[in-house]
Amino acid sequence: MSATSNTVNNGSRMSALVGWIDARFPMTRMWKEHVSEYYAPKNFNFWYYFGSLALVVLVLQIVTGIFLTMNYKPSAAEAFASVEYIMRDVEWGWLIRYMHSTGASAFFIVVYLHMFRGIMYGSYKTPRELVWIFGMLIYLALMAEAFFGYLLPWGNMSYWGAQVIVSLFGAIPGIGESLVEWIRGDYYISDITLNRFFALHVVALPIALIFLVIAHILALHEVGSNNPDGVEIKKLKGPDGHPVDGIPFHPYYTVKDLMGFVAFAAAFAAVVFFAPEMGGYFLEHANFEPADALRTPEHIAPVWYFTPFYAILRAVPNKLLGVVLMGLAVVSFFFLPWLDRAKVKSVRYRGWLYRSFLILFAISFLALGYLGLQPATPAYTNAARIFGAIYFAFFLLMPWYSKADQTRPVPERVTYDAH
Amino acid sequence: MSSEADNVDGSRRHFLVVATTATGLVGAALTAVPFLASWKPSARAQALGAPVDADISKLEPGAILKVNWRGQAIYIVRRTQEMLATLASPAVINNLRDPNSEESEQPAFAKNQDRSLKPEFLVLIGVCTHLGCAPMDRFQPQDAELGATWPGGFYCPCHGSKFDLAGRVFKDVPAPLNLRVPPYRFVNDGVIQIGSEAEAA
Repeated sequence: MSATSNTVNNGSRMSALVGWIDARFPMTRMWKEHVSEYYAPKNFNFWYYFGSLALVVLVLQIVTGIFLTMNYKPSAAEAFASVEYIMRDVEWGWLIRYMHSTGASAFFIVVYLHMFRGIMYGSYKTPRELVWIFGMLIYLALMAEAFFGYLLPWGNMSYWGAQVIVSLFGAIPGIGESLVEWIRGDYYISDITLNRFFALHVVALPIALIFLVIAHILALHEVGSNNPDGVEIKKLKGPDGHPVDGIPFHPYYTVKDLMGFVAFAAAFAAVVFFAPEMGGYFLEHANFEPADALRTPEHIAPVWYFTPFYAILRAVPNKLLGVVLMGLAVVSFFFLPWLDRAKVKSVRYRGWLYRSFLILFAISFLALGYLGLQPATPAYTNAARIFGAIYFAFFLLMPWYSKADQTRPVPERVTYDAH
Repeated sequence: MSSEADNVDGSRRHFLVVATTATGLVGAALTAVPFLASWKPSARAQALGAPVDADISKLEPGAILKVNWRGQAIYIVRRTQEMLATLASPAVINNLRDPNSEESEQPAFAKNQDRSLKPEFLVLIGVCTHLGCAPMDRFQPQDAELGATWPGGFYCPCHGSKFDLAGRVFKDVPAPLNLRVPPYRFVNDGVIQIGSEAEAA
């Protein structure tokens, strides 16, 4: 028997199997539609790594999370000790737990960069409004997921962080206090609260996240990807019916994203192995003590990814208004597709009016993030008010400045230099 | 074929669709009730967090009684006329961070100078607003440790926060806010119930 006939034999058996499956399940059709014949613009740049990286981190969090639940005990009496047990006694438990805790911060880094990319290149504009809204829902679910997960180690910062955040709902007039009691299921953050946050963290929100990610990708593949030029590549199709400026996602972008993943994995491993606490930014120092209902940590600050919103909350002297503005700071993003009146999508063809607002917004977001980590001294509070005003001006004034902006004509085709 | 289509009673179909959908939605809403209600404090949590009664009939003037409510120490002080007089003295008021309890946490009925329902009885949560230590009672004025100007009040041994005889925080100490006042009411002259709100007086 020759090697050639063997290959042919295997090949035909393989295609027979594929045919058998395809007659019963749209395997090949889905693969083509979403991977091998999904035509993406050929001018994707560095900023386009973060979507696929977000997917990678989601998988990482789910896998490490499943393994953590195998040793974690969601009860007030046992939670803290079970996390220490994972860290000390479970083989490789420290690695799995540090991957999960670093993964939480990595998720937000990647998602913030992914969102900024979308804003910069106008990826929320027609026809991608639903891609954007599904993305924002993913962001909300992610924030909830991170918040519930932060209580689970039952450290003192977990405890008081949850105490502060849950108390925010108490600012709602009339129903506030009963709502807080309903969320906690008790009169203080207790075993009952921990147990339900565990259920939400490991079952409810991961399921919601997975469905939202599927919806996000389906919506994207329906309308096609935007690109750094904001040109609709579907307008110009070649004789083969595919966009002339498009290339199949596989192998071109699978290979590119693999390259991005390798760089990300190197940075991620460096943090996991050399600085898993990241100087108190990824794992706060106060959380290395067990939860103590009678003793608050000296300085309560949320983890870095929530601090821009926390700074806005603290900058407002009125509790209810502070909570409302903090909520608006997150929700404002949903309205971007309708606030932006510009004819062009990408920042490349917008004028300096829009660019100034975008740069100021990015600076404000980072500055608020820094201020939210600091103690609320009068000087810091005033700074947070100024940056908060700029933050909201970006959204509120957008209908005006995006229209008044001097835009430049968008080219027919994407700008691309072959390398 | 076309005659069949002609026979369809559109308004009847519409009515059935609306009625079925509405019934289904009501059913779904009712089904949600047990799930949402399961989040409320359970019978066990309620039993553990129930209001507690404190017998104050035998409390001497100038003495303090401590009771436990929801894992926190509750201080009940029967204040004398001399003690109450210090609350209004300018020497005290001018040194308070939040004399009118604007920033501090208390039921509406206790947002007054003596921070209480009946001036004679002070009810406080014995948890320092700084780092949650338990403040000590130092009711005697001119305390040896706290100086000749000490008007009497509470002193937190952990980080030196000082409070007056209404739990109001003094300036230049780490605690940011006045001691918290829990909800409470007088069941009768001899019993205070901690944890249930009084009717607005």
